Amino acid sequence: MVAAAAAAVQAHAFLDHADPRVGSAVKVAPAEVSLWFSEEIEPAFSSLKVLDAAGQRVDKGDAHVDVAEHDVLRVSLQRLGAGAYTVEWRVVSVDTHVTEGKFAFQVRP
Amino acid sequence: MKPFAISAAVVVAASVHLPALAHGFVGQRFFPATIATDDPFVADELSLPTVSTQRVDSSAEPPTRQRSIEAEFSKRITSDFGISLGVAHQRISAQGQPAVSGYENVDLGFKYQLHRSEAHESLIAVGLGWEIGGTGSRAVREPVSTFTPTFFFGKGFGDLPNSWSSLKPLAVTGTVGVAFPSRSSTVTTSVDPDTGATASDTERHPNVLQLGLAAMYSLPYLQSAVRDVGLRAPLDRMIPIVEIALERPLNRVENRRVKGTVNPGLLWAGRHVQLGLEAIVPINRRSGHGVGAVVQLHFFLDDIFPRSIGRPLFGSAP
Repeated sequence: MVAAAAAAVQAHAFLDHADPRVGSAVKVAPAEVSLWFSEEIEPAFSSLKVLDAAGQRVDKGDAHVDVAEHDVLRVSLQRLGAGAYTVEWRVVSVDTHVTEGKFAFQVRP
Repeated sequence: MKPFAISAAVVVAASVHLPALAHGFVGQRFFPATIATDDPFVADELSLPTVSTQRVDSSAEPPTRQRSIEAEFSKRITSDFGISLGVAHQRISAQGQPAVSGYENVDLGFKYQLHRSEAHESLIAVGLGWEIGGTGSRAVREPVSTFTPTFFFGKGFGDLPNSWSSLKPLAVTGTVGVAFPSRSSTVTTSVDPDTGATASDTERHPNVLQLGLAAMYSLPYLQSAVRDVGLRAPLDRMIPIVEIALERPLNRVENRRVKGTVNPGLLWAGRHVQLGLEAIVPINRRSGHGVGAVVQLHFFLDDIFPRSIGRPLFGSAP
């Protein structure tokens, strides 16, 4: 009965995958960072930012949940040069649970 | 099973304010529910069932197999304080003897999270376990109550330097406790039906040092925080683990050798449930014979019922 009830409800939002991929090195600087989660997330309480190696933000501050896919969080980026970048995210799933995380990627033309 | 009551005096109203984070999370580190040892988190969870089988005979005893089915319910009272209630049914089959079975004593637990560091993925907690003597079936229960104050810790290694990135998914949890029985010995008197002579047997109850350690490598952490290596379901939710559970009598008995098990296994943490499978390997002949096994189905009640029993009774929302 517990398992049957579980099928109808949300849960904590885990990061499923990202673009650029977690820990990856890309040849072409991306125009945005996209994160796919295991659950739909609340846009008003979710944040996404990208930092360079000096800790300066390099995103455009327009983090938003995808209109069609409510489990996807995106943010646009400034023009990135070669180097290491950190993505920091914090989301609230629709069942009100908070999860957060960060990962790195590199731009290596 | 005899009924019991929980005193309202043990409920702590005050608590340190914490972010409303998910069960078993410190920062971006998810610590799974461990099987052979206790993790340092308070949570709204249900382990039902935990099924184990192992040979428990030492070298001087006939082959004896112990099978156990357990259930444990954990509930947050506040975001930092929680209680747990555990029950178990046990069947002991010794070669050449009729099997005995019944319920073990009820286990009650209290745990308080003292300190957590999101940046260092670490957590410290203290707790008290209370095995309520006499609440189980006469055939298998212990006659005395046991109180076990315990120190818990958990540490994820996500704060290692990037040059050690392959080790970042590692984490450990552990416990250190001492079990104090409510009395030092139990005297059992029997009467020989043929001669009428009485005989008494004294069973001594020592204080017991209990140590637990769990080391795990989190594939979800690898995928989401270190490097996406392309793992897909179900591998991307798996956590290989090794647990070690040891105990050593400290007094009152002659034989004070360490006994315990090493449990290598695999956990799978899903959206609402966790599955676990571990081998039970005794560390010496005193601890058992051969390799046993334990499987567990674990429900994350804060995910299944986030607005009712899956949230603390008092204090901040989950």
